This record gives sequence, C-alpha cells and structure tokens, in this order.
Amino acid sequence: MTKIVVLVKEVPDAAVQKQVDPATGLLDRSGEKTLNPFDTHAIEAALQLKESGALEVDEVVAITVGPSSAVKALHKAVSLGADRSIHLTDDALVGSDVVATGYALAELVKRENPDLVLAGQQSDDGQSYAVGAVVAENLGWPALTQVIKLEVDGTTLTCERQAEYGYDTVKVQLPAVISVGDAINEPRYPSLKAIMGAKKKPLESLSVADAGIDAGKVGKEGRKAVWTAAQQPPAKAAGMLIEDDDTAQTVEQIVTWLDERKLI
Amino acid sequence: MTNILVYALHHEGTVNKNSLGAISTAAKLASELGGEAHALFVGEDVSDAAAGSVGAYGATKAFRVAAPAGVPQPIVDALDAVLSQGEYGYVIFGGGLLGFEAGGAIAARRGGGIGVEITGLRVEGGELVAERPILGDTQISDIHFRGLGVIAARLNAFEAVESAAGSTVPVEDVTVTLSDAAGKVEIVTRGEQRGADVNIEDAQVLITGGRGLGSAENFSVADDLAAAFGGTAAVAATRAAVDAGWFPYAGQIGQTGKTVAPKLYLGLGVSGAIQHKVGMQSSDAIVAINKDSNAPIFEFADLGVVGDLHAIAPALAAAIKAKKG
Ligand SMILES: Cc1cc2nc3c(=O)[nH]c(=O)nc-3n(C[C@H](O)[C@H](O)[C@H](O)COP(=O)(O)OP(=O)(O)OC[C@H]3O[C@@H](n4cnc5c(N)ncnc54)[C@H](O)[C@@H]3O)c2cc1C
Ligand SMILES: Nc1ncnc2c1ncn2[C@@H]1O[C@H](COP(=O)(O)O)[C@@H](O)[C@H]1O
Repeated sequence: MTKIVVLVKEVPDAAVQKQVDPATGLLDRSGEKTLNPFDTHAIEAALQLKESGALEVDEVVAITVGPSSAVKALHKAVSLGADRSIHLTDDALVGSDVVATGYALAELVKRENPDLVLAGQQSDDGQSYAVGAVVAENLGWPALTQVIKLEVDGTTLTCERQAEYGYDTVKVQLPAVISVGDAINEPRYPSLKAIMGAKKKPLESLSVADAGIDAGKVGKEGRKAVWTAAQQPPAKAAGMLIEDDDTAQTVEQIVTWLDERKLI
Repeated sequence: MTNILVYALHHEGTVNKNSLGAISTAAKLASELGGEAHALFVGEDVSDAAAGSVGAYGATKAFRVAAPAGVPQPIVDALDAVLSQGEYGYVIFGGGLLGFEAGGAIAARRGGGIGVEITGLRVEGGELVAERPILGDTQISDIHFRGLGVIAARLNAFEAVESAAGSTVPVEDVTVTLSDAAGKVEIVTRGEQRGADVNIEDAQVLITGGRGLGSAENFSVADDLAAAFGGTAAVAATRAAVDAGWFPYAGQIGQTGKTVAPKLYLGLGVSGAIQHKVGMQSSDAIVAINKDSNAPIFEFADLGVVGDLHAIAPALAAAIKAKKG
C-alpha cells in the first residue's frame, strides 16, 4: 500500500494582468486565481499510477502552502481526483522564499510519510523550478525534475527527461520527490459531479504552530533571498501586429514586410 | 574574503559554454569582492586538461570530484564538501536543469537562498545583487542574499570571455562521501539524441513549429514554407513539439536545445515561453503566427500575426513561391 502526496499551488489566472507591489517587491496576488496548470499534470500522473495498477495507491493527498484563498486550488485538486487535501496557511508564511516554502512543505510531507511526492515542473508565478528539490533535500530523499516519462517497478522509478545534452534516463529509488514536465500527460477535466463533491472531501487546515514549523525559518524573517523593487528594463520597440481578418490581405502584408527587409 | 564557486557542467570532455560564461563573470565579480573564482567538476572521467582549462576564463582553481555526472544529488554533496573548506559567499550555475535542482538543494542544505533565471550580477555594498527578470521580462527585480547566495543564471546571460587565453589552473581532487539520497539515483543513459540529426544552426531562415502545429504530419506545413524560402531555410521546433515526438531533438531551439540567431525566425503555433525565447531572441527578425493574441511571443516579435496558422502558412508559402517566380 502506498501513498502519494502531490504539491499544488494557487497562482494568478493566466488572463490576469500581473504586477509587482513596488513597496515590497512581492507579486501583487490580487485578482482571479487558479490551480497552477503545471500541477494538474502532477495530479494526473498520480491518478495514472493508481489507475494503471503500477503502484498500489490507497491515497492521493494534495498539499499546499498559501493564503486562505488557496482552498480553491485544493478543491480543484480533489475534483481532479485527489482523495483529500492539506492547507498550511499562516501570516507567518507571507514573504517566504523558495527555500522557506520547500522547508514548510517538507514538514507537511513528513506528517504524511508518503512513498512518493509529485510536483509540477514550475509554478506559473514563482517560476523557480526548484521547490521540489528543496523539499527533497529537507527530507533527505532523492529528487528529479522535468520528468516526462515515469515507470514504476517495485520501489524503483525509471524516469526520462530532456536535459542540456539530450534525453536522460534515470533510475530513482522510492521514497522520492518527482517534478513532472508538462509533456508527461494530458490532464483530465473534472466531472461536474466531482466539482460538486469537492467541498465534501476532507480538507485539513493547519497553522505554522499546528504543523510544528519553526516560524523563524519562514516568511520575511526566515527568507535568505530578499527581493527588492522591480525596475523596468529599457523598452524594446514594439513590433507590428496584424489581426488576420482576410487571409489574402494578411499574406500580402507579410510578404511586403519580408520583402522590405530583403528576407525573401 | 568572499570567493565564488562555479559548478562546471561538462559532457564528453567539453565544458559547457554557459558554465564558462559563469566562470568569466564570477572571476570579474570575485576580484571586486576581494576573492577568487573557483570551478567544481563532478564526473567520473574529467581530464586534467578539461578541468584545468577554466584558468583561461579567470578561475584560479579547479576542484574535481569523482562521482556520477548528470544527476543532481552527487553535485550537492560535492558542493557541500568544497563549500565547507573555504570562504565562499556564492555559488553560480551557468543555467540548466541541474542548476535548479542542485542549486535549490545546496541552498537548503547550507541555509542560504537561491535566485534562478538571473540575467545580471553586480557588486553593491560588498555583496552580490542578482537581477531577475519577471512578468514576461517586463520588469527586473533585484535579489539580495543572506547567508550563502546560490545563483542559477539564465541561458546565454553570461558570455564566456577568455581573459587569460591559454592559462591553466591546478586541479585539486576532493574525496566526497556521498549522501544516502545520492545512492538512490542512478543515471542509466545520458544525452540520448532522439530523431534525425538535423542542422538548424547554419540556416538563414528558420521556420519553427510549436505545439500549435498539432501533429507530426502537420510539420509538412513548416516544410512547405521553408521550401518556399528556399536556399538556407530549415525547419526547427519547440520542446513541446520535440517531447511529443513530432520533430527530432537536434532541431529544438531553447534552453535544453540549440541557440540560434538566423536572419529570419518564423514561429508557427509557438507561444514564446522564456525557455524557448532564450534560444532565439538574437534572431535579426522575428515573425510569429499564433491564434492567441495574448501569446508571450507577441511581446518580442517584430511582426506578429494573430490568426490560424493552418490558413495563413500555406497561403504564405504559395505567395512567396509566386513572388519568386
Ligand atoms: C527547464 C526547462 C527547459 C525548457 N527547455 C525548452 C527548450 O529548450 N525549448 C523550448 O522550446 N521549450 C523549452 N521548455 C518548455 C517551455 O517552457 C514551453 O513549454 C515550450 O516552449 C512551449 O512550446 P510551444 O510554444 O510549442 O507550445 P505551447 O506553449 O503550448 O504553445 C502553443 C501555441 O500555439 C498556438 N496555436 C494553437 N493552435 C494554433 C493554430 N491553429 N494557429 C495558430 N496558433 C495556434 C497557441 O495559441 C499557443 O500559443 C523548457 C521548460 C523548462 C521548464
Ligand atoms: N506554495 C506551494 N505550495 C505547494 N506546492 C508548491 C508551492 N510552491 C511550489 N510548489 C510546487 O513546486 C512546483 C515548482 O514550483 P516553483 O519551484 O515555484 O516553480 C510547483 O509546480 C508545485 O508543485
């Protein structure tokens, strides 16, 4: 019997115009939010391991560190097939950096003691590509990111990924933290029934104290990478934009543009 | 004294160009900080010549740890061992997957912080400040570190400069006791080339197919357009298309593919993700056909066309052929 923990994050919706609070250097997280699209691939990977019988999975648990609104991301995660979820939320966590977030997540993972932790390849907002590796380091477990093929044989995972020199195949022993690439699968859509039922599945909400997390290691106090005010890089001259209403005309415009630059 | 340790990625006897860029930059910054830049090689088969060659780029010492290459865990243990021996303030990776993984882990192990996708580094008040573009490169944040600062550079951010051409440095072997986690990871094959060996680096015109093409068969749309341009036009692809098996890996542009700078880059159904952009942004002219007007590629295309590539690309191929007569 095995348990899989999936790390999921709430991120601003792709359609929201994002900006940085000039005073704090932190991302302004107001506006419509959603489950990090990259994490739906991790959930899907967990479900496929379970459904294919590759692993005898008795539970898939979604966990997140985030503000109160992140409950919605957890609802989405269970509507996609996670059995239950855990939400670590506390003012003490605000301003945590990658290392602090990974530490907090690792403490949650320890409480669950799973056989496998799955994460997305990147968060749509933080984009550090590194949280999975930090979680694993805190657990003393092996980790691999960008995995696009995952096979299980007993307690051995065979992972494939693309790195700098081509495709690599790596064997990893469980327990491990695997961050999956978005080419690993095509995530399913939740059924209407699952969406309606999501709020009834167990959701545990924890504070930093509940989870036994050292408040001095997280948040603004604990962070070791401090972001400061953002600056505008020199603006690049805007390109020309054509909306294709009439393809013949569009093509003529493209040809003229290319011809003027002697590119044909 | 603040020294900087640079992880030197290497494969088949060659040191990665981005690692050399990181070494050049580290050497310059270290001298401003009153320290030195050192390089760390992890691998079973690193020659004295390869490791010593970093001297030409300004490193004053090279460390060599005999452990499996290509996976993060031995690198973390090797970094930890070297960092324990000297006064290091920073670790720099020249970009790449291992930088995210080993970088995140070493920052966690040594109680430091990490900044990824760094495009600039400067010395200010006796410390390094890292520049990190955010929000689709529309803004740049500064990152300051407390404790060890781990920097994973963006691809091609730092240029390899042979400041001391021809000089070599002593190579010091370090014996490292690997952690349990390292024993649980085994690299079976590394650097497998999938698909044909296509050449995209010498092409003047590159027609690039993305996920928007929809299938391997639909790469014929890109082929036809390249044929219309004729001469040195070739077809390339994004990682999404390559991972899907639609196009050979050798023809991939981006962070884990090739860096190209043709006279004309024309993207068909390419969103313009940052890992793709870093491999083609130096192209002379960038044209994008994408049906989503919010696609990031329109932020840096010289000519953007919002529309269905399946309608536009074949018509464009025909028009170019007609024009050429
Ligand atoms: C560590 C790391 C390394 C990476 N390395 C690379 C790399 O080397 N190279 C690389 O390319 N990527 C790389 N990536 C992946 C990168 O982040 C993107 O996922 C990838 O570039 C997306 O490819 P795409 O543009 O083809 O697909 P998508 O992002 O899915 O975009 C497809 C686009 O096609 C458009 N489209 C769909 N149908 C049509 C139509 N009929 N007509 C017109 N437009 C249409 C859509 O609007 C969309 O914008 C890397 C990622 C990571 C995390
Ligand atoms: N606050 C968080 N809570 C839960 N999971 C997270 C959080 N931040 C990052 N992750 C996980 O780590 C992955 C990589 O995120 P990042 O390192 O921020 O790019 C994401 O796809 C998530 O799976």
